[in-house]
Amino acid sequence: MQETAKKGQWVKIHNILLKAGERSPRVPEDTRKVPLEMWLNGFLKDAEASIGETVTIESFIGRQVKGTLVEIEPAYEHSFGKPINELLNIGPKVRKILEGSSK
Amino acid sequence: MDMSYSAVMSRKNEIMKNAVGIDYSRYEKEGIAFDYDRMMDEVGYTLDEVKAIQSETSVGNTPLVELKEINRLVKILSEKGKGARIFLKDEAANPSGSYKDRRASVSVYEAKKRGYKGVIAATSGNYGAAVASQAAKRGLKCIIVQETFDSRGVGQPEIVEKARACEGYGAEVVQLTVGPELFYYFLVLLEETGYFNASLYTPFGIAGVEPLGTELTRQMKEKTGKPADYVIVTHAGGGNLTGTARGLLKADSGSKVIAASVDLSGLHMASDTDFNRKSFTTGHTGFGIPFATFPDRSDVPRNAARALRYMDRYLILTQGEVFYVTELLAQLEGMQRGPAGNTSLCAAIALARELDENETVVVQETEYTGAGKCPSAQLTFARENGVKVYNGDPKDNKPGEAIVIPGDPKQLHYTQMPLEKVRKSYVKQAMKLYSKKAFSETELDFMVKDANTNREELERYIKELES
Repeated sequence: MQETAKKGQWVKIHNILLKAGERSPRVPEDTRKVPLEMWLNGFLKDAEASIGETVTIESFIGRQVKGTLVEIEPAYEHSFGKPINELLNIGPKVRKILEGSSK
Repeated sequence: MDMSYSAVMSRKNEIMKNAVGIDYSRYEKEGIAFDYDRMMDEVGYTLDEVKAIQSETSVGNTPLVELKEINRLVKILSEKGKGARIFLKDEAANPSGSYKDRRASVSVYEAKKRGYKGVIAATSGNYGAAVASQAAKRGLKCIIVQETFDSRGVGQPEIVEKARACEGYGAEVVQLTVGPELFYYFLVLLEETGYFNASLYTPFGIAGVEPLGTELTRQMKEKTGKPADYVIVTHAGGGNLTGTARGLLKADSGSKVIAASVDLSGLHMASDTDFNRKSFTTGHTGFGIPFATFPDRSDVPRNAARALRYMDRYLILTQGEVFYVTELLAQLEGMQRGPAGNTSLCAAIALARELDENETVVVQETEYTGAGKCPSAQLTFARENGVKVYNGDPKDNKPGEAIVIPGDPKQLHYTQMPLEKVRKSYVKQAMKLYSKKAFSETELDFMVKDANTNREELERYIKELES
């Protein structure tokens, strides 16, 4: 992974908005134990920065936001998943029911 | 300025007033009671105005599709003379791929008209993409605030996909970990930017959905000679149901309105560990029931989405059944859609088998699908997060533990949530939140309408809950 970003590069920053002890008393216990975190993508404003450094970015709509540089050229990696046998058998089975009735 | 949690929350009313441009105090009556009808009439737009606004940004007028192969299957599975015809309103044909464009269109129009430079919405779903898309069309800036990740930094694939879509439409996407304090940061952003709060729950959002009800009634008359007998709406926050039902009333359709949600009982919506054990991000009971029983929990002082007023029945489906039906729609009708509308479709198939063959059922939405959203993406993710997936009897489905995919279409069935139970729960919430055991005449009148009940039943609930 690229470790250093240059000005104008698309990067992701991270911030802690509320620490574990600052969370709303209304949230469940497991959530209260962890901080409220935030991530945001934007163009790097600093001349050069390494992962872990505090940087400023300009968001897509021009807002300047400070945070810790955590990723350079962040990608969307969600996918279509793996084949699911329990789904794959549905089509052939219902088609058989339909074919059986039209005979 | 003090940006601490408590300081920002204490400025809530002022921030919201500036960000929505509605003086909600004008509609307050007493305690729980407010003038809902007057608020909807004065703040919202007429049906013709909404249609004009929406035609400017190519929203609405989506096709209504008769599901001929599914209907043939339903007939085979039904007793003689039974098996209603199912029609599907293909809302994926809207610009950003869901009915949410209807809801966003009027808010973004209003923001532009009032001179706001941008819009903000707190949403992890299609609504973000819809606001971003409508903002792009009207030249406004857009920020979407999402609850995306658990504390391990693992994102729900459907929500990650929504982030991609929002960025694709030029919005800034702020992604947060689990927790209702999202609202705190939402307020911070509203205060900092001075943007419009494109809340899902203003009268604008609801007025935007009303044409869905009138359109489908006109289309059903063209196709079958009469309005739909039943319209099924996937129910979460209540706006889809409220807007559609109001449209159906304006079209004088006489259609029964049925809510459908996926069962996620036992999973806590604000729990970090439960977050990624949900295989549905909306259309589920985790939103559906709280919003039906206490609508004013939303991000505006008075929620324009009041589903309990308009619901005739409430049907609950399991996750596995909805995945099954999603596959059925693709395989038999050649339409890859969902998941959202497929909760209703699942209810429709189970219900159609009980109805007469000359009756009709409309499933009033679809949504676009793709990476992160399709069943294979969600089920792969479920397995990675320790949820079992197997073929079997849907009755064995357990939210967060087991997703049971039916082996046979005959196994598709709904569970009916008794509306008396929902109404009683509404009364319970009202007593708790307003710390009251007795209500004034004005309040009782309001509650009768808001819970769609009668005075006798309402007083009985209050009496039962007192003890």
